[in-house]
Amino acid sequence: TVMAAPVTNDQSWFFALALGVSFLKCLLINAYHSTDFEVHRNWLALTHSLPAAQWYYEATSEWTLDYPPLFAWFEYGLSHIARFFDKEMLVVQNLNYASPATILFQRLSVIVADVVFFYAVKECCKCLREDKGKYLLGKPSFILTVLLLWNFGLIIVDHIHFQYNGFLFGVLLLSIARHFQNRHFEGALLFSILLNLKHIYLYIAPAYGIYLLRCFCFTQSNIYASPESRINKLSIDLPQVLSRLFPFKRGLCHAYWAPNIWALYNIADKAFSILGVKFKLLDINKLPKASMTGGLVQEFQHSVLPSVSPLATLVCTVLSILPALFRIWHRPNGARGFLRCLVICALGSFMFGWHVHEKAILMAILPLSLLAVESREDARIFLILSITGHYSLFPLLFTTQELPIKILLLLLFTIFSLTSLKTLFRSGGALLNPLEATYLLGLIPLELICEFVYPLTVWQKTFPFLPLMLTSIYCALGVTYAFIRLYISLLTCSDSTKKIKTQ
Amino acid sequence: MENWSLFSLCVLLGLTSRWAVSFHSYSGAGKPPMFGDYEAQRHWQEVTYNLPVHEWYFNTTNNDLNYWGLDYPPLTAYHSLVCAYVAKLLNPEWVELHASRGYESHSHKLFMRATVLFTDILIYIPAVLLYCFYFCDGSSKQKVATALCILLYPGLILIDYGHFQYNSVSLGLALWGILGLGLGWDLFGSLAFTLALNYKQMELYHSLPFFCYLLGKCIKQGLTGRGFFQLAKISLTVLVTFALCWMPFLSDPKQPLQVLHRLFPFGRGLFEDKVANTWCSLNVLIKIKTLLSRETQLFLSFALTLLFILPSSLKLLSKPNLWQFKLALVNSSLAFFLFSFQVHEKSILLAAFYCTHLGFCLFLRLMFFLFVFFHSMLPLLVKDGLLLPYVVTSLAFLFLSLYLLSALERSTEEELRLGIYRKLTRHWLPKLNLSRIIKWKFWFSLVAMAVLSFTSVWLEPPAKFPDLFPVLVSILSFLHFLGFIIYFNLVQLMEPQRKKSQKKTN
Repeated sequence: TVMAAPVTNDQSWFFALALGVSFLKCLLINAYHSTDFEVHRNWLALTHSLPAAQWYYEATSEWTLDYPPLFAWFEYGLSHIARFFDKEMLVVQNLNYASPATILFQRLSVIVADVVFFYAVKECCKCLREDKGKYLLGKPSFILTVLLLWNFGLIIVDHIHFQYNGFLFGVLLLSIARHFQNRHFEGALLFSILLNLKHIYLYIAPAYGIYLLRCFCFTQSNIYASPESRINKLSIDLPQVLSRLFPFKRGLCHAYWAPNIWALYNIADKAFSILGVKFKLLDINKLPKASMTGGLVQEFQHSVLPSVSPLATLVCTVLSILPALFRIWHRPNGARGFLRCLVICALGSFMFGWHVHEKAILMAILPLSLLAVESREDARIFLILSITGHYSLFPLLFTTQELPIKILLLLLFTIFSLTSLKTLFRSGGALLNPLEATYLLGLIPLELICEFVYPLTVWQKTFPFLPLMLTSIYCALGVTYAFIRLYISLLTCSDSTKKIKTQ
Repeated sequence: MENWSLFSLCVLLGLTSRWAVSFHSYSGAGKPPMFGDYEAQRHWQEVTYNLPVHEWYFNTTNNDLNYWGLDYPPLTAYHSLVCAYVAKLLNPEWVELHASRGYESHSHKLFMRATVLFTDILIYIPAVLLYCFYFCDGSSKQKVATALCILLYPGLILIDYGHFQYNSVSLGLALWGILGLGLGWDLFGSLAFTLALNYKQMELYHSLPFFCYLLGKCIKQGLTGRGFFQLAKISLTVLVTFALCWMPFLSDPKQPLQVLHRLFPFGRGLFEDKVANTWCSLNVLIKIKTLLSRETQLFLSFALTLLFILPSSLKLLSKPNLWQFKLALVNSSLAFFLFSFQVHEKSILLAAFYCTHLGFCLFLRLMFFLFVFFHSMLPLLVKDGLLLPYVVTSLAFLFLSLYLLSALERSTEEELRLGIYRKLTRHWLPKLNLSRIIKWKFWFSLVAMAVLSFTSVWLEPPAKFPDLFPVLVSILSFLHFLGFIIYFNLVQLMEPQRKKSQKKTN
């Protein structure tokens, strides 16, 4: 051929997809960024300017360092490159400094750090059981790549709202992939690194613990424990660090309620209190002032139902994931069983945890993608969880300018996941039953009401939190449903998978 | 995956990149006193809303024509009026007579960008989808690939959503015109094209092919019978559409004359700024702008334009089929761009638009895009602060086209590409390895453009030639455009038979 075009080997599409999504991310450099941008700039400044011993004591800015030490070292490394873009961003006193060079550097750092994520996705594609497809668009590896690389939640949270989740999830997915490939030491090491980068991954530590203990630590020499302790020596002053990492003073719910059980709990409490006042069972003066989704983070008291303490949430979380852990202990289904348990742990902690961020839903959605391209039931759960979970991220981007972007990107991801999974599991009827389909379609009127109709009504001034509350409640239903179905699928999955030697 | 889902994914990707580009700066942002095209559009909303129709095109105390006077046909004015009504609802300050000059705010920018998106979704995108669905040959995957390439074409995105214009309206209407003609609905096609013409007078670049195609068809059907009726119906449609659009201006004979005077400013000279056409490039060697008188310049440009248009139009007249029609569109727009009077850099979009659309092999499409882009867009976009979206969208388009080219190799295209040259050189240079030459030419041009763009942005030009880089860019692009127009004329005139049977009917 004239162009002597490179022979389209199996992997050029991967490169095309990765490059395409990177271009999209570059276009979003000028989009809205949240206070997390200033948070990370502050961390760049303080790791660059101060000696390590003082990193966790620095409090000039309100955004103190609340990630584990390894992430702080990562920011330290970045700060050396930041010098070439704009020296001013590395001055701790320059609060809210956001010159064009700063924005460019920070955004590019997220985009470049995503290379880890790309590599991890590539490794995950290799772990798929079968990868046959009539044409490229129907191959499980292609679908998985798009579902992960073009994941709506990641793009929105990382490249608009501003965080480094892509890089972190890359480490997580790589660890999972290593377990699939029987390189368990590397998998465990990677997870330890991950825990030292962001402690939110403690949510899924039980799954790792039980799986590795059950499958390897009782059969081989105890190599799992050592990487953990080695890395922990990097931390400096444990109590101070821990106090920054786990700020329990913050309330049960984030300013915007994550769509979990406590959102439903809060609304039930509110409903009961309203009914109680109406039917004169309660005295309105004795009730605490309603300021639940006002926008500030604070503790509040429930009026009718018992108040919830951090310990209670911990107990609930542990109880919710215990059956799954037992199941894995008794009948480990190899790497896939471990992955299912991991998703359940992530989802359980999301459902019952204290001060959960809605972004934590990504910890369940991303690993679930791996299971979704292999089993029909998982595909179904994935669709419900991902569409609902991604929709619940909408309030993160509340500016008018980003409104078309978030709607378009969500539609893009949803249409792709629906049609590709439907085509993949063509045999056996429709993927979603009518009830589930109606629930998902109900998101459309919900969005119209919350973002288009409601702001034009009189209630916008008096009850500004109502759309947020509606969104959390509606999504909480979907997330709970997905959680229950996931559990059922774990507890009832047959052991026939044991016969197929995935190891 | 089904077709509808693939097409909707293409549309969503196109819309996302459009809106993402709109986050960036616009023409004349924060540059008083004149600002730029963005302020011009806002000003037209102000003028059309507050003043009566008969004052729109005239220089009055309320309407200073020197400050972005209306210089597009009436349909643009009506469009601005509709937008002004919406603007008034949202925030009356945006269209206050006189007081709103130079108004800039975040919410106003959102409003203006939203108007572009709205018309795009209404007019341009459905036309593209229908076009790809019905008139692209190849498998459904190739149709989707074509749709994706068209929707992601950086030229239109950056000019409409960056610099700020409404090209998608006129190009979309012209595309509806082509669709109409292709489906055999001549009246609908003529109506759509007349509307396009009444929106932007630049569509005159395309009018000759439309005219010749329809005339040729009527002649084929017999000038004494059905053909005559058809011709009468088409002429009636065109005249009625014109009358309807110009109705408010027909009461007073002075009105249409003034409007025409605004639309075709012959007083302004052969060219302005750096444009990649013949006159500007010639001006580097001989200063024709000062050497020749105004009348001679007009005559020269008219004559040369006619010279380059005539062969292709006559061929179309004799053989009115769709393939000839498409080629004639490209040739005509290129000829007008290269030789006409007072051409603006953005007008190359018209020619590029058709070339990227018209189902030629991706390779040519690629070449064309690249040159268009470098040609004028670079200085213009850098001035507007749009360097980042420019780099990202052009690289994305480049990689996408290269990837799709290798993935969806179409061998018949090669014959098309090389057949012409082979025929010409067969006699005196039989040993020439054409494919290698073309490949080297492509990569050489690519490198040249990359170097030029790098130097334009990062290096300072020598003091003696402050405009060195834009001029180099223009000249390089001009040479390529000249090559293209010769090539496409050859293709059209020598008419290699396309092997694939066409679904399109006459």
